[in-house]
Amino acid sequence: MKLNGAQILLECLLREKVKVIFGYPGGSVLDVYNALYDSKIKHILVRHEQGAVHAADGYARVSGDVGVCLVTSGPGATNTVTGLATAYMDSIPVVVLTGQVPTRLIGNDAFQEADIVGITRPCTKHNYLVRNAKELPGVIKEAFYIARSGRPGPVLVDLPKDILGKTMDFQFSDKVNIKGYKPTYKGNRRQITRALEEILQAKKPVIYAGGGVILANASNELSKLAKALKIPVTMTLMGLGCFPGAHPLSLGMLGMHGTYSANMAVTNCDLLIGIGARFDDRVTGDLNAFAASAKIIHVDIDPTSISKNIKVDIPIVGNARDILKEFLEDIGSKKVKMSARKQWLDEIDSWKSKHSLAYKMDKTIKPQFVIEKIYEITKGKSIIATEVGQNQMWSAQYFTFDKPRKFLTSGGLGTMGYGFPAAIGAQVADPKATVIDIAGDGSIQMNIQELATAVQYNLPVKIAILNNYSLGMVRQWQQLFYKKRYSHSTFEKHPDFVKLAEAYGAAGLRATKPDEVGPVIRKALSIPKPVIIEFIVEQEECVYPMVPAGAPISKMLLL
Amino acid sequence: MRHTISVLVDNKPGVLARVAGLFSGRGFNIESLSVNETLDPSMSQMTIITRGDDRILEQINKQLNKLIDVIKVIDFQSGECRFIGRELALIKVNVGDHRRAEILSIIDIFRGKVVDVSRNHYTVEVTGDEEKIGAIIDLFKPIGIKEIVRTGTATLPRENKPE
Ligand SMILES: Cc1ncc(C[n+]2csc(CCOP(=O)(O)OP(=O)(O)O)c2C)c(N)n1
Repeated sequence: MKLNGAQILLECLLREKVKVIFGYPGGSVLDVYNALYDSKIKHILVRHEQGAVHAADGYARVSGDVGVCLVTSGPGATNTVTGLATAYMDSIPVVVLTGQVPTRLIGNDAFQEADIVGITRPCTKHNYLVRNAKELPGVIKEAFYIARSGRPGPVLVDLPKDILGKTMDFQFSDKVNIKGYKPTYKGNRRQITRALEEILQAKKPVIYAGGGVILANASNELSKLAKALKIPVTMTLMGLGCFPGAHPLSLGMLGMHGTYSANMAVTNCDLLIGIGARFDDRVTGDLNAFAASAKIIHVDIDPTSISKNIKVDIPIVGNARDILKEFLEDIGSKKVKMSARKQWLDEIDSWKSKHSLAYKMDKTIKPQFVIEKIYEITKGKSIIATEVGQNQMWSAQYFTFDKPRKFLTSGGLGTMGYGFPAAIGAQVADPKATVIDIAGDGSIQMNIQELATAVQYNLPVKIAILNNYSLGMVRQWQQLFYKKRYSHSTFEKHPDFVKLAEAYGAAGLRATKPDEVGPVIRKALSIPKPVIIEFIVEQEECVYPMVPAGAPISKMLLL
Repeated sequence: MRHTISVLVDNKPGVLARVAGLFSGRGFNIESLSVNETLDPSMSQMTIITRGDDRILEQINKQLNKLIDVIKVIDFQSGECRFIGRELALIKVNVGDHRRAEILSIIDIFRGKVVDVSRNHYTVEVTGDEEKIGAIIDLFKPIGIKEIVRTGTATLPRENKPE
């Protein structure tokens, strides 16, 4: 059978079980769009290519499959860069297909030519320029394999127009063999035994779990281990949901805006068990004071994460799930008696009793209260996406996540404008779910155009804007560290968000007083359309606890 | 510490940019770099000389290994692996009438060659490890060097000695 490059591409995508593409057409990908016209693959037409990548990323986080994006050359391709960098920092499997000018024009400054492979080299796990039509099936196979295996990440494939248009014989490739890429899944046996000895001996152990646990689908194994050995668990922003947040062993999030108990437990533990986390500066604060008297075990699939920031005593390279399974087998029926841990758990309880997550109710709406209400009304069952800033930290603190893949946030790059398109992707992945983007009034305006996408495809995503008429997190730093000199962090003019929603064909609601919060959330959830809910919140509210940048994490500013 | 790292990579466009980008993006430094096709034309061999403390060197090794196009990384300074490293230098030395003999004797000691001669210059070809190249340059400096170009070190691990 003879097909052209574009048709071969779509066949390859079907073989990778791609169901949906988030994309935006243009000259160099017209052949692909022509082939899509009769394809089984669904296409969601976004309103900006950045939105397409974030949506594919949100789709991937919720479904666990690879998210796919299709854009044209030049500006279409460069618009994907922020999305790629976001997915790269958070290890999300995404494949971005970009059009490119015809092979013979590459390097000639042709119309809509950009060296996107060069531009995205440092923000993709890998990327390809297809130079020869015959390579196409093999490259697509490799791209998906690389995106989803090992430590996942985004892969970009640049497709010159002549290759997409060329009719040719072709062969699918079923096998991947990349000489330089053989991820390690199984942990080293001796290291696992050593680690388990330390775990069984430790008096004051803490598990520090990150996004890697979610990516490896290892939440069950982690929970079993923690419960069997009565080890308290703290999670990174990316790890939230990998252990049930409401369980008594949960300490919540650690780090710059972590709970008092999490930061004190890590500071005072004698054994820190890091799993799928990377000792990021927002987590560790002052490195010298981080778990200073503890032995450190670090389980991670990426060797470069190990001993990068903190010297590790027992590194185990491999997949979190495989390794946790081996731990569980070794432990067998051994259980730690509650009494053996009593002293440590009592100490932790005393830290917990500080109730570091607290705020004072007032006549104005407190943003934390909005999030607590969303949690209460959705019974914690919704998928929450966030933007970046205070809205993100309050969501992490006040929404208790019990399951993995329910919290979508740009942890590594901190990309404002991520949440709403990611929520769209989440809704596509799970059409029945309640999906809510918790937003700031700044961030939401970075990708507000996607409201048209949500309306067109009947994706009933809810956007809760915590409107403090400012770039709240920036303002908070200016408030605390720059003598309240609010340089360019407050907004004097905003659109009328309710009317804006209506103009897009969505619904708009507003709450200005605390007693309106609950009713407005319920009302929004009853509307089977995208809804913007604007909450006019206290302007000078700060996120607490807070560890000033670079300070030890035990030195928290509390309310 | 100064380390010599040998990196076997896929011989594909863009691989050098990936390696160079890794060093610049992460603030590692490259003191010298040489790249050539291997016997198997689908692969190239890079030799990189770099500097850093143990933690940085560990990261350099791991980050190189993480690149998809990198097949094998050998850090000659870590572990027991012994190696041979050689580079070639072309040195254009100023010759006044009365110094020709002195220059020729230096070249002789270093087993170099004069590969181009003009009224005022000798172009000298010399190979050796970095130390040897450094030494001959030091000897020529007071005489006067017009130009110099070095290839960077190429390395191979040593085979085990016969017992
Ligand atoms: C694309 C982008 N630009 C700038 C920043 C820097 N930044 C971090 S938080 C923040 C303020 C966000 O304001 P808003 O969306 O209103 O949320 P709030 O903090 O008020 O909840 C800014 C500007 C960023 N994270 N991302």
